[in-house]
Amino acid sequence: MSTTVQAPSARADAMRATAARRRGARLPRILAAEIRSEFLKIARMPAYTIPVVAFPALFYGVFGLVFRSGRAGPAAAPMSAYLIATYGTFGVVGAALFGLGVGVATERGQGWLTVKRASPMPAIAYFVAKVAMSMMFGALIAVVLSLMGVVLGHVSMPAERWIALVLTLVLGAAPFCALGCAIGYLVGPNSAPAITNLLYLPMALASGLWIPIEFLPGAIRAIAPALPPYHLSRLALSAIGADTSSAAGHVAALAGFTVLFVAIAVAAYRRDEGKTYG
Amino acid sequence: MTAALSPSRAPGATSRATARADDAPGDAAAELRAATKRYGAVTALRDVTLSLAPGAVTSLLGPNGAGKTTAVRLLLGLTSPSAGSVSVFGGDPRSTATRERIGAMLQVSKVPESLRVREHIALFRTYYPDPLPYADVIAAAGLEGLDRRLFGTLSGGEKQRVLFALALCGNPDLLVLDEPTVGLDVESRRRLWAGIRHLRDEGRAVLLTTHYLDEADALADSIIVIARGEIVAQGTPAEIKSRVARRRVRCVTSLAPDAIHALRALAEGDVIRREGNVTEILTLRAEGVVRALLLGDPSLTGLEVASAGLEEAFLALTADTDRVVSSAEVAT
Repeated sequence: MSTTVQAPSARADAMRATAARRRGARLPRILAAEIRSEFLKIARMPAYTIPVVAFPALFYGVFGLVFRSGRAGPAAAPMSAYLIATYGTFGVVGAALFGLGVGVATERGQGWLTVKRASPMPAIAYFVAKVAMSMMFGALIAVVLSLMGVVLGHVSMPAERWIALVLTLVLGAAPFCALGCAIGYLVGPNSAPAITNLLYLPMALASGLWIPIEFLPGAIRAIAPALPPYHLSRLALSAIGADTSSAAGHVAALAGFTVLFVAIAVAAYRRDEGKTYG
Repeated sequence: MTAALSPSRAPGATSRATARADDAPGDAAAELRAATKRYGAVTALRDVTLSLAPGAVTSLLGPNGAGKTTAVRLLLGLTSPSAGSVSVFGGDPRSTATRERIGAMLQVSKVPESLRVREHIALFRTYYPDPLPYADVIAAAGLEGLDRRLFGTLSGGEKQRVLFALALCGNPDLLVLDEPTVGLDVESRRRLWAGIRHLRDEGRAVLLTTHYLDEADALADSIIVIARGEIVAQGTPAEIKSRVARRRVRCVTSLAPDAIHALRALAEGDVIRREGNVTEILTLRAEGVVRALLLGDPSLTGLEVASAGLEEAFLALTADTDRVVSSAEVAT
C-alpha cells in the first residue's frame, strides 16, 4: 500500500535498523519488568523466604543474642556484632544459591524457560533478574540482622561501618550467584533443593558462619580458606572492624571463585543449550 | 494484501502492517523445507516440508510421539534441523526480529504460580515492540475477572487460557499452538477454538498441533497428518476425514485374510490384521464387510464393530506391514 518507491531490500534494511534501535531502547524496561516479576514471584514463595530470610534471623536471634556478652575474632568483637557478619554471610549465600540454583533448575526442568526462550526476551534479562532478586534479598537479610543487632543486641557502630557491612554482603553474593547458576544448569528440578542444601549447609558450618571459626577444631579451620563463604565472612567482619587481617587476599580469593564458577556456569549453560536446543 | 485485513484488526495493527512491508505478498509465514531432526539414533522428524499461510490455520495432526513438538521446536528456533532448513518470515527463527512476530503456546508442566495473571501478561507484553493492548489480550483469551488471581490458584482450563494469552501478547503474525486444548473441558475447548478462529480471520498464520481429529476438523484450513516423524497425508479436513473415517471390525473367523479379500467387500486402503485367532479389519464399509463376513463364515464369533481411534486410522494411512487393500482388489 506504500506509495513511496524504494528498493525493498533498502527499505527492509532501514526497518531492521530502526527495529534494532528500538529494541535497545526497550532493554532497560524489559530488565526492570523482569526484575520486578522475579522479586514478586519469589517474595510470595514461603519455600524460599522462610529458609533464606527467617533462618539467618532466627539463628542470629538465638546465638547472637543469647551469647552476646561473649567475644570472638582477632579484634575480640562482641558476639552480637560478630555474628551479624557471619549470619549475614550465611543469608546472602543462601539467597543466591537458592534463588539461582533452585530457581533456574526448576524453571528449566519444567519447561517454563523454554516458553521464555521462544519469546523475544533477551536471554540476559533472565539472569540479570535472578541475580538482582538474590542481591535484593541479600540486602534485606543484612538490614534485618543489623536492625536486630541494634535493637536487641545493643550493637553500636558508626554509620559507615553499617553501610560497609551491607555493601560487602550484597556485592559478595556475586560468586554465589555464579555457583547457583552452575547448579541450576547441572542438576534437575527435583534434586536441586537437596543438592543445594548438601553444598550450602556443610560449607556454611566449615566456613565459620554458624559458630565463629576461632571456636572450631583445627581441621576445619585448615579447610575453611578453600571455601568461598569463609572469605566473604572475613570481609564482612573487616567491614565492622572485627577482623584485622588484610582484605586484599579475601577479595582476590572471591574474585578467583567468581571466575571459576562463571566458567562452570557458562560450560553448563552451553551443554544444556546443546542438549535442549541443539 | 495486509491492508485489506487491517480493518478487522485490533488497535496496533497499523504498525504491524508496516512491519510486514518487507514480506513479499503471497509469501508463506513460515516454512520447513525437507527438515530432518535426529536426536542421537532417534529420527524425530524425517524430510518434512510444510508451509504456513497467513490467514489460515494449519493443523499438524498425529499421535503422541509423531514428531509434532519437534516440528514446533524447529519453527520456533528452539532446535536446529539436522538437515533441511527452517524459515520464518523469510528469516532465521532464532533472531529477535523474527521472534517479535511469533506467539507460542507450548506444553509446559509448570508455570510460576506465585505471579498474578496480570503480572504474567504485563511482563510478556514488555518483550514486544508493538504489544497487543492489555485489555485485548484479556478479552481474546477469555480471562475477564481472573487477571488479579495468582496463577497457582487457577483451574487447568484457566491456566491454559493464560498460556494462550501469553502467546497473544506480542500481537503475533504467526501463532504456534502446541496441543493447546489438552486437558480442557468441552466448554473451555470451544471457547479456545472460537478465539483461534478469530485470530485466523484477522490474517494471522496459525499452526495448531493436536492428536484430536475433531479439533483439526473444526479449526483447520488444511491438515497435515504426521506419524513416526513423517508426513503421511495432507489435505483439507474433508479429504483427511474421508481417509481416516474407518471403523474397526473384529471377529474370530476361519477366513484367512486372502479369503476376506476375495469377498470383495472392502474399500481401497482398508487394512486387515490378524493377531492370534482374532481378525481385525479397518474399513470404510463396515456394514458391507460384516454382511459379507457372516455370509462367508457362518461359524464366525466374537463380532465387534467400533469406530477406529485416530491412532488406528493413522495406522491405516501408514500401514507397511499389514495387508492393505489395493485399488485392484476393490469391488466395483
